[in-house]
Amino acid sequence: MIELFHAIFDPDNLFLKYAFIMGSLASIPFGIIGTFVTTKKIGYLAGAISHSVFGGIGLALFLQVNLGLTWFDPLLGALLAAIIAAVLVGLVSLHAKEREDSIIGTIWAVGMASGILLIDMTPGYFNLSSYLFGDILLISSKDLLYVGCLDVLVLGISILFFNRFFSVCFDSEFTYLRGINTTFFYLLLLILTALTVVLLVRIVGIVLVIALLTIPPAIASFYAKRLWQMMLYSIILCTLFTWTGLGISYLWSLSSGPAIIVLSGATYLSLLVIHKLLK
Amino acid sequence: MNFNSNHEIIFDNVCFAYKQRNIIEDVNLRIKKGEFASIVGPNGGGKTTLLKLILGLIKQDKGQIHIFGKNPDQVRHKIGYMPQYAHLDMDFPATVMDVVLMGRLANKHFWFSKKDRFEALTAIDDVGMTKFTDTSFNELSGGQKQRILIARALCSRPELLLLDEPTANVDYQTEENLFSILQKLNSKMTILLVSHDLGFVSKYVKSVICVNRQVVIHPTTLINGTVIKDIYHGDLKMVRHDHRCSEEGHTHD
Repeated sequence: MIELFHAIFDPDNLFLKYAFIMGSLASIPFGIIGTFVTTKKIGYLAGAISHSVFGGIGLALFLQVNLGLTWFDPLLGALLAAIIAAVLVGLVSLHAKEREDSIIGTIWAVGMASGILLIDMTPGYFNLSSYLFGDILLISSKDLLYVGCLDVLVLGISILFFNRFFSVCFDSEFTYLRGINTTFFYLLLLILTALTVVLLVRIVGIVLVIALLTIPPAIASFYAKRLWQMMLYSIILCTLFTWTGLGISYLWSLSSGPAIIVLSGATYLSLLVIHKLLK
Repeated sequence: MNFNSNHEIIFDNVCFAYKQRNIIEDVNLRIKKGEFASIVGPNGGGKTTLLKLILGLIKQDKGQIHIFGKNPDQVRHKIGYMPQYAHLDMDFPATVMDVVLMGRLANKHFWFSKKDRFEALTAIDDVGMTKFTDTSFNELSGGQKQRILIARALCSRPELLLLDEPTANVDYQTEENLFSILQKLNSKMTILLVSHDLGFVSKYVKSVICVNRQVVIHPTTLINGTVIKDIYHGDLKMVRHDHRCSEEGHTHD
């Protein structure tokens, strides 16, 4: 443990310090957006959005190498794909309820598969595992800046529209009757989910990002009486999980993303069993 | 059409179909100010559809609907609505106050004001739930949840209150308490509610709106076995709950 503290404050180990700062910064959007996703029960929509990100990354790499569009960064591709997927799954869940499952499942799979096909058609070798499973130890100062901006955006919008998001998540029909544009706020929530997923894929990857988005709020729901309390507890839990998972992965030379997820998943399942037994 | 009349709800030849099945057919309806009416009818007969047409949540295929002399979309602020609580997430982290304050949501304001909180507290008091203001909504019993949803509907000081099965899944005593509250509120507003318990509601409401694709209004005093048979297209056991049931027991028609 002391070895870990020395490593964090060692100027030669800047990557580790960045990883811990990233863990703290990322916990804010994870906690806030994750609480909305969990209470609105749209985890599967967030899953479709996160897997579509792979299509955007594949497209960006394809355009960079094959067409020389060097400005088309994989992050830009991921952002574009996530926002398109967010609007698409949002409209499907609002207007095509009867076929929602199959359409969302198709967007989920096609997004992922098209990314793999585009990378297949791109000459060169690409390390896909950091996109799929994340690598928080490769974080740069630019990444920290992006996530800092995301924090400001998510915090600002959530504080400003807290009552509207609360109502849309609890009872959308009643909110609509009060004259609120529920479609706008639902799509805004999905777009914020998309932004959160894209910028935080670097920590735990496309496959595992949904777990970090939903597990801390699920644990927080055991103890929170109000929505803002659930957000606060989620942020704290998310910070603890990323810090502890990072520490474990550093000390035992394990992959950081899966270490964070296994830790948070095991905590949730243990607490769930304890709660069931106590009831 | 006479808009100067004191009819708050006017349906003229209204038709509504869903997936090519007629739900409401050629309905003409007039509801006066101060009415306290129960909408009854068989499942799939169009009771909830009628409420949703009044709220403007769905649009009629034919005919005209006027609420307070205007289109339903334009007068929603005058209508309080209580949905069936079964469709709400019972694990949602919210206190009673959080839920009731939803009734004060408005497009122009981002946050709730002191006046909003005062109105919410008044509405909670109106339904006799003051001591539960800071309690979690999911800790309440079914009947208490119904009362809180009524308070949420009252919070905007509506002129018309619509309730969708307010006494579903609650016991007899709770049902009586809820109807006593509604009876008091009726002096300030028109009330329409969907109910399956015709025997029970008939002792509180002034008239019964029978919906089975078409709509017929009966004064409560004229509800009898033949009328019920017509509504439900078959025989039905009606339990008439008597106020003096402790002395005489329930009578079964």
